[in-house]
Amino acid sequence: MLSEIVVTVNGVPVTVPSGATVTTAILLAGKACRISVSGEPRGPLCGMGTCFECRVAINGKPHCRSCQTLCQQGMEVRTDE
Amino acid sequence: MSRKVQQRFDVLVVGGGPAGVVAAVRAAEAGVHVGIVDCNANLGGQIWRGEAKHEWTRAAGWISRLRTAGATILCALTVFHQPETGILLAETNDSVHVLSYTKLVLATGARERFLPFPGWTLPNVTGVGGLQALVKSGLPIRGKRVVIAGTGPLLLAVAAYLREHGAEIPIICEQASWSSLARFGVTLFGQPAKIAQGLRLTGQLARVKFAPNSWPVAVHGKAAVEAVMISRQGRTETIPCDYLACGFHLVPNIELPLLLGCEIQRGCVQVDDFQRTTVREVLCAGEPTGIGGIELSLAEGQIAGLVASGQMTAAKELFGQRNRARHFARTLDRAFRLRSELRRLPSPDTIVCRCEDIRYSRLSQHTSWRSAKLHTRCGMGPCQGRVCGPASEFLFKWNPDSVRPPIFPVRVESLVALSSEPELECSEVSGGHK
Repeated sequence: MLSEIVVTVNGVPVTVPSGATVTTAILLAGKACRISVSGEPRGPLCGMGTCFECRVAINGKPHCRSCQTLCQQGMEVRTDE
Repeated sequence: MSRKVQQRFDVLVVGGGPAGVVAAVRAAEAGVHVGIVDCNANLGGQIWRGEAKHEWTRAAGWISRLRTAGATILCALTVFHQPETGILLAETNDSVHVLSYTKLVLATGARERFLPFPGWTLPNVTGVGGLQALVKSGLPIRGKRVVIAGTGPLLLAVAAYLREHGAEIPIICEQASWSSLARFGVTLFGQPAKIAQGLRLTGQLARVKFAPNSWPVAVHGKAAVEAVMISRQGRTETIPCDYLACGFHLVPNIELPLLLGCEIQRGCVQVDDFQRTTVREVLCAGEPTGIGGIELSLAEGQIAGLVASGQMTAAKELFGQRNRARHFARTLDRAFRLRSELRRLPSPDTIVCRCEDIRYSRLSQHTSWRSAKLHTRCGMGPCQGRVCGPASEFLFKWNPDSVRPPIFPVRVESLVALSSEPELECSEVSGGHK
């Protein structure tokens, strides 16, 4: 198993430890996860899959809960910007 | 198009936390065909998150028993609907699962209660258990300043955990009063395991400021948290920090029990001595029956697993253990009751429903959860009221207790995959005409 994984967040490579969730990669990249309906930046709240604040596009699939998804080598993550 | 998988179990357990894992173990060891499903990538739930990899932990022991007993483990699967009695539907990122069961054990756990106050929607305001979950999932916290606030035993446990991982904790704000906590402390003397836990926490938390009668009033920051203003013993002070971890104890996850028609009273699933709900063949264990912590979850989970596999006598032997744990749970409930001042924390423009950005002033014009939902879309976003429901219950004394399928947002492909299934299509039609 790889000890480090590289994913991209909005095209920028981010290195995370093996077993890290996509939320971790987004926070390490210094990004908010999504922009709310009135334009506020939002980050993760519950960390356990209930609040949906951490949702992002993963490999082109929208509305994925980043806290419930483990990083995989080469994964493409896109947040609202 | 999503892949479709059909599986059939004698006993299906929903929820891979302590209650669900031990229920599955006790049933599988009796030789029946057991499946356990959880939406997380690994078993353990919140309290055992990341512990199974350390073999000396209780979590690792139970999970290894589960594997030895031959239970089918289905992780990263979200249950979202029951199209007919005895069948649950679940999805992963690329598949839909049709799970049939003879007996069902619901061990859906709990989530944190969040309360709104100005600035609580800024990034880096997280739950208390929420921040711990993020750190366990790889978020580096070394050298970060974390204010911990809210209520409940989780505050101390998480403070100790974060400190161990290099965070600086300038203060722990507990809304409960000294007298309420003292009462809680006194009753710990019936609970040797809890005392040991308490002492260990005290050692780890030496020199951390613990402030009862204190709560967050506002968060300041532009793109993320920069400081939090707290009310402490009646005075306000501002504390610079990188994170505010804030949670007001726990609320049971009752969406699936509700969908199945289980009777709920005061937010908890009603069960008999054998953990049976009011719905035939459906049992429930752990936090959904009332917040009680891990010891109660382990007792209830084992009883549910034994009963689901027909071992009534063995189940009865655990009643004493369960009663002792229940006594402790009732103490917790009284010690950490929310004070009424917290109802006045939101300002008129504070967002209450984070999915739809519905502000306090709009909600306060309504007299019920239903009316607020219909007129403002509060609780109708992706979280389906899981955050603003418990908040509104406290703020406005509303009763958010209805669900409709799917209980989690699902991918369109999952619905499409279902409509291509002839028997399921038929059952939906006949259900609609009854």
